[in-house]
Amino acid sequence: MKNPILTLCGLGRRDEYFKGRATNRRSKKSILVSAVILGAGLLASAPLHAQTLRVGMTTSDVPTTGGIPDNGSEGGRFAGYPIFDALVNWDFTKTDQISDLTPGLATEWHIDPNDHKRWIFTLREGVRFHDGTAFKADDVIWNFDRHLNEAAPHFDKAQARSYRTYTSMVEKYEKIDDTHVALYTRVPFSMLPYLISRVFMVSPTQYAKIGNWQDFQKAPAGTGPFKVEKVTPRTSIELVRNDDYWDKTRVPKLKRLVLMPIPDANTRLAALRSGQVDWVEYPAPDSIPGLKASGFQIVTKPYPHVWAWHANNSDASPISDRRVRLALNYGLDRKSLVEMLGGTAIPARGPWPDSYKYFGRPSENYTYNPDKARALLKEAGYGPGGKTLKLKVQVPTAGSGNMVPLPMAEFVQQSYKELGIETEYTVVDWGTMLNTMRQRPDRPGAPHLDVVNHGLPISDPTQFFLNFHGSSAPPNGSNWSLYKNPKVDALLDKAFESFEPKERDELIAQAHALVVDDAPWVFVVHDLNPRALSPKVKGFKQAQSWYQDFTQVTVDE
Amino acid sequence: MLLYTLRRILYAVPIALAVSLVCFMLVHIAPGDPIDAILPPDASAETVALVRKDYGLDKPLPVQFGLWLAHVVQGDFGRSIANRRLVADELVSAASKTFILATTAASLGFVIGCILGGLAGAFRGTLIDRAAVSFAVGGVSVPHYWLGMVLVIIFSVTLGWLPSMSAGPGDWAWDWLHIRHLILPAITLSVIPAGLVTRTVRGVVVEILSQDFMTTLRGKGLRRLMLTVHVMKNAAPTALAVMGLQLGYLMGGSILVETVFAWPGTGMMLNQAIFQRDIPVLQGTTLVLAMIFVALNLLVDLIQTALDPRMRRT
Repeated sequence: MKNPILTLCGLGRRDEYFKGRATNRRSKKSILVSAVILGAGLLASAPLHAQTLRVGMTTSDVPTTGGIPDNGSEGGRFAGYPIFDALVNWDFTKTDQISDLTPGLATEWHIDPNDHKRWIFTLREGVRFHDGTAFKADDVIWNFDRHLNEAAPHFDKAQARSYRTYTSMVEKYEKIDDTHVALYTRVPFSMLPYLISRVFMVSPTQYAKIGNWQDFQKAPAGTGPFKVEKVTPRTSIELVRNDDYWDKTRVPKLKRLVLMPIPDANTRLAALRSGQVDWVEYPAPDSIPGLKASGFQIVTKPYPHVWAWHANNSDASPISDRRVRLALNYGLDRKSLVEMLGGTAIPARGPWPDSYKYFGRPSENYTYNPDKARALLKEAGYGPGGKTLKLKVQVPTAGSGNMVPLPMAEFVQQSYKELGIETEYTVVDWGTMLNTMRQRPDRPGAPHLDVVNHGLPISDPTQFFLNFHGSSAPPNGSNWSLYKNPKVDALLDKAFESFEPKERDELIAQAHALVVDDAPWVFVVHDLNPRALSPKVKGFKQAQSWYQDFTQVTVDE
Repeated sequence: MLLYTLRRILYAVPIALAVSLVCFMLVHIAPGDPIDAILPPDASAETVALVRKDYGLDKPLPVQFGLWLAHVVQGDFGRSIANRRLVADELVSAASKTFILATTAASLGFVIGCILGGLAGAFRGTLIDRAAVSFAVGGVSVPHYWLGMVLVIIFSVTLGWLPSMSAGPGDWAWDWLHIRHLILPAITLSVIPAGLVTRTVRGVVVEILSQDFMTTLRGKGLRRLMLTVHVMKNAAPTALAVMGLQLGYLMGGSILVETVFAWPGTGMMLNQAIFQRDIPVLQGTTLVLAMIFVALNLLVDLIQTALDPRMRRT
């Protein structure tokens, strides 16, 4: 008696081996082996996932789902725009350029010509929250109260503070009529729409039904293309299609979207390869060739991110000499670094990628030119016959936007060694580094640092302002470098007070070009936002943005 | 016996206090700040100060510790700084997941260890003995996370039989949909206790077999099966003691395995809380784990007494 399954599995021959020994044992064995095979068959029959996309995120927990997502931009990507809309959304349709704003729950917005602190938003009509109630002007006021009105009964004390970066420019707000609201800024500020693109609108009715923000997370109601079906802390967020989504071009093709936090890169990779998820965020660069060879899709696109050396521009540091900073920018072989990263990044020439409308026309072009770097160093008094340039650098071990910081930092260190520069690295965890950057490097008693090595988003001009405007030095902003160029400051001030988009963009581009030429940082690479998709995933067009659109995706069965 | 139990429970109080205090101090000595985990990188210093005040992190350390202790005594572990969920709820959900994993791994390890150890002891000096001892040494020495990854590569990635991570969809249930997620991490985690128990049981069995009463029993003409029962009876207390301690370690020490398999238990929660400096979660988790350890030790002692009349507690 030959078991066809066993023969198929190549185990039949092993069965023959026992033939001569004991016949009754042989049949027992055969039954046992069959049982094992049957068991394995059962094991292999994973549940079917019809039109379900399962995503492995890099976050350590599920992002908060109550309309104020944490976990930074990744939180906004998965627990923000899929579930909610802001008055102003991000445009995911033009994937050949860096994403910009698009109408969300407001169809149109403009500054009051008579009052440059007053913005008027026209609201979209016919929008319904996931709980079925209609979206009205009162809801906008109610949602801003959640963030800003400490006297309101539903003021979200625990979470609102973490969004002050986005809301603090708003001084007050009022309903004009059923389809119009006005937002007032503290100073004339043309970038307001960028800031409030993270202020998501949730349903006041649903909140009233639930009664507190903590439980609201489990059953939130927004207006977005997906509805929350189930939130299991530390395990998953399960979303289902919202058939009534107001933007008919963005009604999801998927039935379900399941989001799982998988912080460990190897675990994410195994989950993708074993078919437990169809999509992973940020596959480790060294896993990419193998994934490609196995037929997985690797998608990459530039987006406003820069991995840089933030140089201490205050007098205490040798790097405050512009010639030194230029030398560092010219002396770095970015192409080889990009190769090491498996093509998941592109060389940086400035804070923004040169394809962006705000790049401008700088005169310096940081290609790899070690001779020029040596000459600049010599001019500044370093190198053979002069002093040795020694730099103290703080490097993070991990963190959002920091890519694979340690191997990259080692590459940079090696490159500079060839120019005779000595770098001393202090490796810290990301939290410690953020703490460093919230304080001035030249404050009394601060340990001396020449450079902080950080990768961060510069999604829009407000973040550019926070990093390069003279008034943004800590504690006001992120300008740890203490970079100050009165021309840049004047251009940015003018841009933020200009409500004519063309003029405004031109001013910002001029400011950006000046920053490139001053080189307050060493611009290293722009991350390409890599993600790995199973061959079954179709229709995903990666936007050049920190946020992405999941509504056009399909999964083959 | 009752007095002994009471006294042991009372001993747990200073242990709990000491564990909490040491953990609290370690968290504050280490650099980093819980606020960094919840605010965007470009949050201003003013915002940071405000939030710090909201969480009471601006108060002196002894005051913070005192406040925390006062709440815990009333059963209130506070809320996580990172996600604002109740620490008590989080602990129940995470500890139950870890408990499932740890008890499965411990049972597996215990059974494998007893069988291999017993065989090795009974057939001392033979090939069986050497194979079992090599397994024991290997089991104790092999790095968990490495073994986990190898199992994942074989059974998830290559063969596609078992899932590589997570504890299954939604809440835990004892059905195949969830149990298939348990198999690989449980095997990975069981290797160390299996190795330890093998070695212990082998030693004990060898010792018992060489004792006079065994010779007497053999002389009386007892059959092999009965002899085995006698050996088991005498070896059980030691094996159980080792296993109880191991279960304690497994409850607290599965950080690496839980991380490799993204198993949402206390290990992963601790790992995450350490990186985010989430003090309430860290404090609550370490306290509960320490208490579980103390309780398990007590339980093992009591079971040992019940099994072995020679160990009278007064």
